[in-house]
Amino acid sequence: MSQDTLFDKVWDLHKVANLSGGSDQILIGLHLIHEVTSPQAFGALKDKNLKVKFPQRTVATVDHIVPTDNQSRPFKDNLAEQMIDTLENNCIEHKIKFFNIGSGNQGIVHVVAPELGLTQPGMTIACGDSHTSTHGAFGSIAFGIGTSQVRDVLASQTIAMNKLKVRQIWCENKLSNGIYAKDLVLHIINQLGVKAGVGYAYEFAGPAISALSMEERMTICNMSIEGGARCGYINPDERTFSYMKDKLCSPQNENWEKAVKWWKSLESSDNCIYDDVFRLDASKVEPTITWGITPGQSIGVNQKIPSLNEMHPNDQFIAEEAFEYMGFKPGQSIKNTPIDVCFIGSCTNGRISDLRVAAQVLEHNKVAKNVKAFVVPGSEKVAKEAKEEGLDKIFIKAGFQWREPGCSMCLAMNSDKLIGNQVSASSSNRNFKGRQGSPTGRTLLMSPAMVAAASITGKVSDVRDFVNK
Amino acid sequence: MSIKFKPPIGKFSRINGKCISLVGDDIDTDRIIPARFLKCIDFDSLGKSVFDDDRKNLKGNHPFDLETNKGSSILIVNSNFGCGSSREHAPQALMRWGIKAIIGESFADIFYSNCIAIGIPCFTLPKESIKKIQQYLNVKNLFLEIDLFESTAKAEKFKFNLEIKETSKKMFLTGEWDATSKLLENMDLIENKLNNLPYLKFNTN
Repeated sequence: MSQDTLFDKVWDLHKVANLSGGSDQILIGLHLIHEVTSPQAFGALKDKNLKVKFPQRTVATVDHIVPTDNQSRPFKDNLAEQMIDTLENNCIEHKIKFFNIGSGNQGIVHVVAPELGLTQPGMTIACGDSHTSTHGAFGSIAFGIGTSQVRDVLASQTIAMNKLKVRQIWCENKLSNGIYAKDLVLHIINQLGVKAGVGYAYEFAGPAISALSMEERMTICNMSIEGGARCGYINPDERTFSYMKDKLCSPQNENWEKAVKWWKSLESSDNCIYDDVFRLDASKVEPTITWGITPGQSIGVNQKIPSLNEMHPNDQFIAEEAFEYMGFKPGQSIKNTPIDVCFIGSCTNGRISDLRVAAQVLEHNKVAKNVKAFVVPGSEKVAKEAKEEGLDKIFIKAGFQWREPGCSMCLAMNSDKLIGNQVSASSSNRNFKGRQGSPTGRTLLMSPAMVAAASITGKVSDVRDFVNK
Repeated sequence: MSIKFKPPIGKFSRINGKCISLVGDDIDTDRIIPARFLKCIDFDSLGKSVFDDDRKNLKGNHPFDLETNKGSSILIVNSNFGCGSSREHAPQALMRWGIKAIIGESFADIFYSNCIAIGIPCFTLPKESIKKIQQYLNVKNLFLEIDLFESTAKAEKFKFNLEIKETSKKMFLTGEWDATSKLLENMDLIENKLNNLPYLKFNTN
């Protein structure tokens, strides 16, 4: 059993009681809600005649269902309008802070909370969304919960949960030029598999992780869940603190020093014990792309799609399904696969640094004919910053559509969807069957830079041919 | 006239029912209930939409459409079932279709805890046992009697020793799987813990 890791320290700090069934009652320091997984929870509270116990510990925004073309109200989609309306009413009734469209702070919940300084080291953070693991980048213990648990947090600020084991993923050396956090996390998931993280929290560490910016760290922690780990985190360091300094909700003035001192004490101790350690060499990571229907089915851009007999027997079942769905053949190159749609955005890769990198690739280039390309900033703040830097103009000039913030085609709950069996180059997190809105649509996950490169050539390309010139 | 769905309540120790097999590893919650059906403010209408994309692609030949599987309540699955999105809509849709228990090789974390929270016990069995049951289901119907207390599943010709987390098992046997009231009993402890959180002291704005 793990001891004295950041996970252990934060867990113990928030443990309220041992429940009679054997699980722990855990206090949630910050609860984030959005329109999709909260209405039924508020409904259940009403049924049980309960109130939101600590409304100041919950913050809301709207992201999943928002249109990215025309955000004027009422939304064209009646169901979407009903959902935002329900959230607005619930927030008013229960006195919950709500960052609505036009507030300047609306956006994807996992982009918004860190940029506001709501996300802080040492917190437990829960949200009815599996990518809540993102917030672990700051050394918080953050995980997705279902609607029944959203109800429990609203009612009691706690949930019943079994303590997770801790696996350290040690990333030696550094990423090479033209290789990004997305490549690294796809590589990690490929190496460990999509279910290795079940029952675990992942601690990402090592020189390659320390060298990452906070936004890159968020990309890594964001996709912990794609490796099966409900929670992923990185020990906070100077980079963490300098990112947080002077954010709207960060500690201010004399409280700042106190906070930093406490945050430093949270780090996994030198002699801490992990349940497992996995090591990899980050300098060996290539631009990585998925070829299948799970985020674990990926290869380097210059590699060939593996054949069944190269795979572990446990991986063959799902690989056969992937070949059939994707239309790829074993031994085929992924490079030069024609692309129909390019999507840059999502809680994985919709932050300002992602847009900067993509814009750098796109500058003085044009999107290939027949490719539909669009960029969806992760938040109103990201959009504003991008416009101030003139990034929107670079995207538009290259042939991208510049959209309003939201989750968009990561999960296609709005009108941004693939059509038929289109192939998308996507900076999002899931390549599941039907994920991007068409039951036969096909998704290739990759870094935003690689999406930008693919948009120019109209096919899967090696971004290093663009950035290293 | 449709009858309003009644979710399970209280303690229970037995589930008897017909099995339905769904073969495949890593079946994610987007497949169980595609995102377009998440545009709702209650769970009531989800039962009919379970596996909507897969069922449409298979044109009536999906296990959830086969006449022989009508009335099934015990779902037999393979490995990492319910991975991906945390949407509780997935187990809610399965439950509203008629599923009362799931037996599989393994489950994703969030899906598992969502199932427990709404009263669907999830049991695991080794790969070979699941294969045996699924092969049997290819030719015949199978009715299982699940005894939670003993952690067994019995049929005329089979008996399996099921695995389930001890904490989950206790919750069902005592009726405490509906957690809210249990959590609220500790309100004094909660308030005390909250008041002593270091970060609430320096987050004054």
